[in-house]
Amino acid sequence: MDDTAAATQKYPPGKHPSLPPPGLSTGPLLWIKENLFGSVTNAVLTVLAAWLLWVTIPPLLQWAFLDAAFTGESRKDCQAQSPGACWAFIQNRFELFVYGFYPVTERWRPNLAAVLLVVALLPVLWDNVPQRAKLLIFTCAYPFVAGWLLIGGLGLKPVTTDQFGGFLLTLVIGVTGISFSLPLGVLLALGRQSKMPVLRTLSIAFIEFIRGVPLITLLFVASAMLSYFLPPGTDFNLLVRVLIMVTLFASGYMAEVVRGGLQAIPKGQYEAAQSMGIGYWKMMRLVVLPQALKISIPGIVNTFISLYKDTTLVIIIGLLDPLGIGKASLADAKWQGLSTEVYIFVAVFFFISCFGMSRYALYLERKLDTGYRR
Amino acid sequence: MGDTAKLMRSSNDSIIQIIEMHKWYGQFHVLKNINLTVKRKERIVVCGPSGSGKSTMIRCINRLEEHQQGQIIVDGIELTDDLKNIDAIRREVGMVFQHFNLFPHLTVLENCTLGPIWVRQTPKREAEEIAMSYLARVKIPEQARKFPGQLSGGQQQRVAIARSLCMNPKIMLFDEPTSALDPEMIKEVLDVMIELAGTGMTMLVVTHEMGFAKTVADRVIFMDGGEIIEQNEPHAFFGNPQNDRTKLFLSQILAH
Repeated sequence: MDDTAAATQKYPPGKHPSLPPPGLSTGPLLWIKENLFGSVTNAVLTVLAAWLLWVTIPPLLQWAFLDAAFTGESRKDCQAQSPGACWAFIQNRFELFVYGFYPVTERWRPNLAAVLLVVALLPVLWDNVPQRAKLLIFTCAYPFVAGWLLIGGLGLKPVTTDQFGGFLLTLVIGVTGISFSLPLGVLLALGRQSKMPVLRTLSIAFIEFIRGVPLITLLFVASAMLSYFLPPGTDFNLLVRVLIMVTLFASGYMAEVVRGGLQAIPKGQYEAAQSMGIGYWKMMRLVVLPQALKISIPGIVNTFISLYKDTTLVIIIGLLDPLGIGKASLADAKWQGLSTEVYIFVAVFFFISCFGMSRYALYLERKLDTGYRR
Repeated sequence: MGDTAKLMRSSNDSIIQIIEMHKWYGQFHVLKNINLTVKRKERIVVCGPSGSGKSTMIRCINRLEEHQQGQIIVDGIELTDDLKNIDAIRREVGMVFQHFNLFPHLTVLENCTLGPIWVRQTPKREAEEIAMSYLARVKIPEQARKFPGQLSGGQQQRVAIARSLCMNPKIMLFDEPTSALDPEMIKEVLDVMIELAGTGMTMLVVTHEMGFAKTVADRVIFMDGGEIIEQNEPHAFFGNPQNDRTKLFLSQILAH
């Protein structure tokens, strides 16, 4: 303290340079001292946490890797090899988990669709992709390309959608729901703010209905009730009905998330745009929505992730998503009692997808930060 | 109404005509019987205590506020509910706001080219050239690639002026353009406005900067309680105010 005070006095008025802050604010040892043992409570919590990790992590690793069996034809094979996890089961059923009952000879089609999905996503996720404009045209065509590849027809062998299963089904429902619920949600949010009473009332009614009804109920409606309302003889594919229901469900939530973002945009932004004589849609597209959606990213990704995980609910109406495949596989007498392995495997798959979405959202938020709030 | 519009177009030297205009917010009568004719190239300063309706009046001219009675005719077009007319007028009327209202997600240059590209259909390169020339005129061409959040208040307001000018407007409205600025930055904005006045732009400025009014204005309008109380050329307005309320107002703001 004395040093600093002395140093301060040496400079004439107006000549004081900027000095580094006092004390060592860097270095790993200092970090440990400040963050892990800063106070008594802090120290106790650190020790407790370390002990908990010590008790749980090694046995888990032991079970999942060191003592695990990776090959075998039944649970008995596994038990003969080692006492840990029986990953041979997952290995044995892996293709079933990925494709469901998609015909073996045609599995190049979902594979190709998956590769093309990556190509279609690139220009959406990153704006410095080369040839972005052309790729975006492909992105718009992708739903049709993917639909054709997966369902067949037009020269490809038709595959019925009840053969879809596993992660393929998760991705089909998840990607469709995610890509259509955002635009639909934006339109609903704008509708809810509209000055036209009919449009506003319809939007509010739709959003409140969707949010007031559980997804499972909607899925039941999709699987059972819809055929009562449709003219007799219409064969309306169950998967398509589920896709519509999941999309509508997510779009109701999306609309409220986007509305939150819209409300954060100051009136001055609208006025500045209007005072140029720009029309409503251009104002929304160029000025209001880019800002509103940026603010809403955490909520939007939240909705995406919850939609993605909710795809597992389709098991209730008999579609075989990864959990459905797992349940069916566990019924096999050779592999009974391995539900831990199945659920861990499915959980890891979902965690990787959802964590990826979450990280991408953080990257996007950082990239779009133009320093206005600083 | 069509006849009036034609009539206005023929009388070439008035660009804004406000005739017996009234406005209410709910039950509250904000603007009372406003009559105002603005000539081409005229520079008008509007002053008055807060809540006197001065901002509301100029915001009626580009329909950011709707009037309920009377007529407003801008450059020969009457303001009605017709959205086409509203957008046509807004294209010719630039506006600068107290809080700048720059688009924070766009760079300074993009702020300036948005209107020309999307409203006037100017090709992007041309719009950028025009924008750069206006940014040079407001003396911040070097900030073109920055975002508004990285600029000081004075710089932001100058960008806002450049953004309006890029639309090549016939009229510029200023709604308290220096009220949100630190004292050090007021001058740089006023300098730009004075320079603009020199080019013959029609300007309506709501401001408390009486120095600006004295040097630049052709006419000063004093409003209170939603009415135009008094208007005169600045020398007479400040030297010999007629109405008691004007005298009181001037004595209060010029006391320091």
